[in-house]
Amino acid sequence: MTPLFTVRVARSDNVTTLCDLEHGGLGPFSSHISTKQFTKTPQPRDTYGEGRNASSWQHNRPRLPEWVVANPAMKAFRDAGHLFRLASVFLVGGILFLALRGFLVPRSFGQYGHYRGSAIKETAALPISYAGHQVCEGCHADILEVKSKGVHKGVSCEACHGPLAKHADDPASIQPAKLDTAVLCVRCHEANLAKPKSFPQVVSAEHSGGAPCETCHQPHSPAIVAVAGASQ
Amino acid sequence: MNMTRRQLLILLPAAAVAWKSILAGTPEASPNYNMTEHWWGMLVDITKCIGCGSCVRACQLENQVTDGYFRTWVERYHVSDYDIESPKVDSPDGGKNGFPPAAVSDGKNFFVPKMCNHCVDSPCTQVCPVGATFVSPDGVVLVDQKYCLGCRYCVQACPYGCRFVDPKKETAQKCTLCYHRITKGLTTACCENCPTGARQLADLKNPNDPIHEFLKTHSVQVLKPYMATRPKLFYNGLDGSVR
Repeated sequence: MTPLFTVRVARSDNVTTLCDLEHGGLGPFSSHISTKQFTKTPQPRDTYGEGRNASSWQHNRPRLPEWVVANPAMKAFRDAGHLFRLASVFLVGGILFLALRGFLVPRSFGQYGHYRGSAIKETAALPISYAGHQVCEGCHADILEVKSKGVHKGVSCEACHGPLAKHADDPASIQPAKLDTAVLCVRCHEANLAKPKSFPQVVSAEHSGGAPCETCHQPHSPAIVAVAGASQ
Repeated sequence: MNMTRRQLLILLPAAAVAWKSILAGTPEASPNYNMTEHWWGMLVDITKCIGCGSCVRACQLENQVTDGYFRTWVERYHVSDYDIESPKVDSPDGGKNGFPPAAVSDGKNFFVPKMCNHCVDSPCTQVCPVGATFVSPDGVVLVDQKYCLGCRYCVQACPYGCRFVDPKKETAQKCTLCYHRITKGLTTACCENCPTGARQLADLKNPNDPIHEFLKTHSVQVLKPYMATRPKLFYNGLDGSVR
């Protein structure tokens, strides 16, 4: 079998180990390495490797003006070829970085700060569920009139009726569901120690004896002003 | 139509980019809204809160918040007369469906609505490694849902526990102060639906906003002032035991 590589390992005691890595080495690593050891006589150091001693390397160096070679202060520039090569690598890398950055970073990043400026617009463009009581009052002025006289004047429509922005956009599209006062009223008015003492509270089971709230109280203006059954 | 493989390979990415921009669409503009004219905050009057949970329900319906997660929630505090430093706090389902009657009748009981404090020096925006969360020029702490990696640094950084990672979207979510509403001249969903007016949206840059008169005439506090986060969620009647 022909050796694939010959690795020459130089050791300080002038013993050179030749390792032949044989072709198709799949088995145990050691079986494919034939090791030969031999001692050689000391020779001048071959710094630049096989066949390239110091003088030939000097010969291949880029030619520089005489004053650069002669001037000890310009010593750093004698290997200017390396520097230009290094600089060009940095330049290409820099251009590549800027090109990638321009491609990957969104246009609006940094518009207002270290974030994507268009994220503000995207958040602002989310759809609305609650139309707001001003919109309701635009059409339901009769309810507003009743409500504005009672203690529920500060309660907005959708707090009980639920989100109805779709109904406000197109009244025919969605009809508000009929509400169950047995559920709605106690949400706020069921007695609880943690509620402010000034807030009207009842223990619903004792208060009405099972009768629905709207038997006596009309939700839009809950105070009992007339006999039960008064309209609105 | 005849097309070589090379032409197709050139066309495909171009078509993908075009389709992406069509899907993104153009966000609905709020032409009359100028960010530099506002500095948003909120006032919470604890003396008015009845713990009905309207704000929690409204927030969930307005912002499609996943069940079991809360951008705002209501806590019930029970402070015993003998140990005012160790309040007992409960918040069943974020207070969404109100609170059951108290187990004990002694001591002090009250509700505290909680939400993002929209801090001026917010710790959550400072820790974001990708610039996905930020304080907008009008003082609202927002999350860029397209940029968020869901790394949860901000969840850990918030001293008020106001952030969570949505289990479906895997992005950080929080109160946006209903940014899509306030930029259209509406109030937030929680303020709109608070039956007692315990929550009030406040524009600190608007000299006619009632917040200025309120702050002058009431003993208003913020949560955890020692964290130096400069919150803009102002509490009236805040008890010292509230954490």
